[in-house]
Amino acid sequence: MAFILLGRMNPGAVAIALTAATICLMPAVPAYSKKKPAAGAPFREPLAEDQKTVQALNRLTFGPRPGDEQHVRAMGLKKWIDLQLHPEWIAENPVLGAKLEPLDSLNMSTARMLESYPSPALVKAMVDGQIPFPDDPEKRRMVQRLVERYERKANSGKTEEPTAARLPDLLTAGQLHTFRTGSAQQKLDVLNSLSPDRREQVLDVIPQPLRLQLLPLATPELRRLLQSNAGPQAMVAQDLVEAKLYRAVYSNRQLQEVLADFWFNHFNVFLDKGVDHYLVTSYERDVIHPHAFSKFEDLLRATAQSPAMLFYLDNWESAGPAAPAGRRQKRGLNENYGRELLELHTMGVDGGYTQKDVTEVARCFTGWTIRQPRRVAEFEFNPRMHDDGEKVVLGVRIPAGGGIQDGYKVLHLLAHHPSTAHYISRQLAVRFVADDPPESLVDRMAATFLHKDGDLRAVMKTMLSSPEFWSLGAFRSKVKSPLEMVASSLRALDADVDFGFGLGNQLTQLGQPLYRKAEPTGYSNSSQEWVNSAGLLARMNYSLALVNNKIPGVKVSADQSAAVTLGSPEFQRK
Amino acid sequence: MSTTRRIFLRNSALAMFGVGTTPLWLQRALYAGAPAPRKKILVAIFQRGAADGLNIVVPHAEKPYYELRPTIAVPRPTRAAEHREDSAIDLDGFFGLHPSLAPLKPIWEDGRLAIVHAAGSPDPTRSHFDAQDFMESGTPGRKATADGWMNRALPPESGDASCLRAVSIGPVLPRILRGVNPAVAVQSLGDFQVKDAQAAGALETLYADSSDPLLHATAHETFEAVSLLQAVQKRPYQPANGANYPKGRLGDSLRQIAQLIKATVGVELAFADVGGWDHHVNEVGPRASVGQLAARLTEFGQALAAFWTDLGDCMQDVALVTMSEFGRTARENGDRGTDHGHANCMFVMGGAIRGGKVYGRWPGLAREQLYEGRDLALTTDFRDVLAALISSHLGNPDVRKIFPGYAPRPSNFV
Repeated sequence: MAFILLGRMNPGAVAIALTAATICLMPAVPAYSKKKPAAGAPFREPLAEDQKTVQALNRLTFGPRPGDEQHVRAMGLKKWIDLQLHPEWIAENPVLGAKLEPLDSLNMSTARMLESYPSPALVKAMVDGQIPFPDDPEKRRMVQRLVERYERKANSGKTEEPTAARLPDLLTAGQLHTFRTGSAQQKLDVLNSLSPDRREQVLDVIPQPLRLQLLPLATPELRRLLQSNAGPQAMVAQDLVEAKLYRAVYSNRQLQEVLADFWFNHFNVFLDKGVDHYLVTSYERDVIHPHAFSKFEDLLRATAQSPAMLFYLDNWESAGPAAPAGRRQKRGLNENYGRELLELHTMGVDGGYTQKDVTEVARCFTGWTIRQPRRVAEFEFNPRMHDDGEKVVLGVRIPAGGGIQDGYKVLHLLAHHPSTAHYISRQLAVRFVADDPPESLVDRMAATFLHKDGDLRAVMKTMLSSPEFWSLGAFRSKVKSPLEMVASSLRALDADVDFGFGLGNQLTQLGQPLYRKAEPTGYSNSSQEWVNSAGLLARMNYSLALVNNKIPGVKVSADQSAAVTLGSPEFQRK
Repeated sequence: MSTTRRIFLRNSALAMFGVGTTPLWLQRALYAGAPAPRKKILVAIFQRGAADGLNIVVPHAEKPYYELRPTIAVPRPTRAAEHREDSAIDLDGFFGLHPSLAPLKPIWEDGRLAIVHAAGSPDPTRSHFDAQDFMESGTPGRKATADGWMNRALPPESGDASCLRAVSIGPVLPRILRGVNPAVAVQSLGDFQVKDAQAAGALETLYADSSDPLLHATAHETFEAVSLLQAVQKRPYQPANGANYPKGRLGDSLRQIAQLIKATVGVELAFADVGGWDHHVNEVGPRASVGQLAARLTEFGQALAAFWTDLGDCMQDVALVTMSEFGRTARENGDRGTDHGHANCMFVMGGAIRGGKVYGRWPGLAREQLYEGRDLALTTDFRDVLAALISSHLGNPDVRKIFPGYAPRPSNFV
């Protein structure tokens, strides 16, 4: 099969790109060979050296870029893996820093984000004097515009947003004419010639197609104004989605990003559940990302105390029925977190716990709550909500009067339980090795987990030094998730991503809206999840849109045939 | 199908395929002089997240119901006009519908809507994930089952069968329809195509030649379905009889299922799901007709009623059944919500359904009657309901194979 990827490039670049295509599409001995060998045998058949490089790039990164294979070979596979296991030793790509810089919500505390990107409910609270207006003059002006909009809506009694019909009130006849018939640059010039106030009024009402037309030409500052029309709170979600895509595509610390994706999904929270809209940013930045190579207990504790998880699984409202706050506010025990902690976060559904254990665990975590979720949003232990009686979890007695220690004890117990070691190891093996990984591999990973105090880097090392990882049974046996498909295509084509929301929409079409998996299970790590007719068509159409430069914010230079390459069965495998 | 519609379909389909390449089954469908015996159709709706059956079909004559749920119970039916909209709609003097399900009442009165209460999966799990998995595999307690019961329920068909016999509306093919029989996931009928004819041809060839069995087979089903749906889609769809589908996922899904059924493209099984039923906190607003559950039920009731209206006479051949992985605790929790419970209620709607009746033995809500002291006990296995539909409605007698290891008890609502 010949894959001619790129048309409008110099010969050197074409050669590199062709190599990339070979990497991505190598028609090597497939794992799904028709002759079915004895069970377990494919996981004993070693890969050739070239295949090993491909396997490493397919599984430990979001897909090879042109030149990556040579780079890994020149460095030596062992050293490259060692670096990926220690991301702090790798210099980060300056391009990534530049892309992330304008996304200012990513670095804000939750309190500051709530103030800077308020929801309609918060704007109303500001109008009602319940909370102060922001100090920053620019943010203050934005809030004032929101207040105006809010009042306009309240007065007109309609729910519709102001529309382009208001443009004639805001622009001169000449400007209006340019807006209707001019080039994108001319329209942008009109916008830039307006006073800041007038410009913002105009930005409030311009129609979506015009917005999309202006985005590629706009400065980062103007771009944020253009995008925030749907309401400033939408920017918080958009920054998250864009950042995730930028990191997947541009980060040099690829394994860390792959693991961040894995662990976020393992400890899934849902962006659209109430105030979680503002809590996910800190969750990913402060809880998931820094713990990709930590001890499992540290990661587990960080999730247990994160406002995002406390809110998502309702633990922040769970109170001992007899505790003072429980009695007064008629609140009671909520088992949601306790159950998912056992089933999804640690032991697995077959890990050997009972309904009674679920209830006892939930009792231990009463009082683990959030201080002012809509203002401060920090973890707090509230002894007045805590059920201070004795509990028995998995046969271990937790004496009365332990307070916050009850929860710590449970987390320690779970983080060192053999069921947890096995369940976590298996989840990692399903993601990194094969949909149905050999039990012998999982057992060895679990042994490392127990022996090394849940050191996740050590567990990864055991997996990456196993013959199973480097076997024909594992090689190209997994189907990419939509995120992996999108990121790997952008990397293979060396795409320039100027802004990411177009790609975010594509991922929704492909069945994997980022940060929006409602169920605590997260997306399945198994290939089956993604193989179906709707998903397959969406992948083909995404490939066409990408290659034809039809995705807003993304530029590639590739031949038409690249669309077929990206949509092909080979490219869906990793 | 009306004559004009049949001619239109024939012309457009033939224009697309050319006579020589038209699949045999499509030729049969389009050229059949006398109408072939009409296929029976089963539509399954999954309410993901564990819908609160006790507030959906309300046991308003049960005293413990009101004791267990002091702040979130649906009030007893009343004649007082000012409270009617916030009270249960009486069905039989014992049960009542949640007020937001008012659109379903006329179908009940027609005798074409049946309810099975205290139904569900006997497995004790209270995990959403496991319970959904069991309800989709049709083998509660057995995780090793690889396929879904709907896939197994597809009646055997020789040779050249329609590629759209089993359809799911949504971006991923759900567990319930996975298996050896071809099944197609369609997110939106209008967008179901490769948007470049030349690339489509090249891709179709690549997948046809591929030695990757999983992707090869999926692509084969996909491209066949694409051709067929393009023939169906030549004209914008107009629901019949003034049917008005609500906005949202379930309304969209049922509208598209209705469109497929009316286009007679060979659909026998259709599936759609709707989430948002997991109400641990503030399940009910200040009145029964507002709040989270009421909002979900408004969409649910309107969508089912619109489907009924839209299909009209076609409903003779259609049965629709609803399910949810488990019910919710009989007692409300501390946050004006409910936690994961056990038995639930199922709706069955269709032209051949003996409706107007709540089926199933009612186990009661007194403390000693509750399952594990907290949940509605189960008296009807969900497989009994499904087996009746599969054998009596779809005419597939092999229910023991569809629900291995289980002997369904006969039901009499079909």
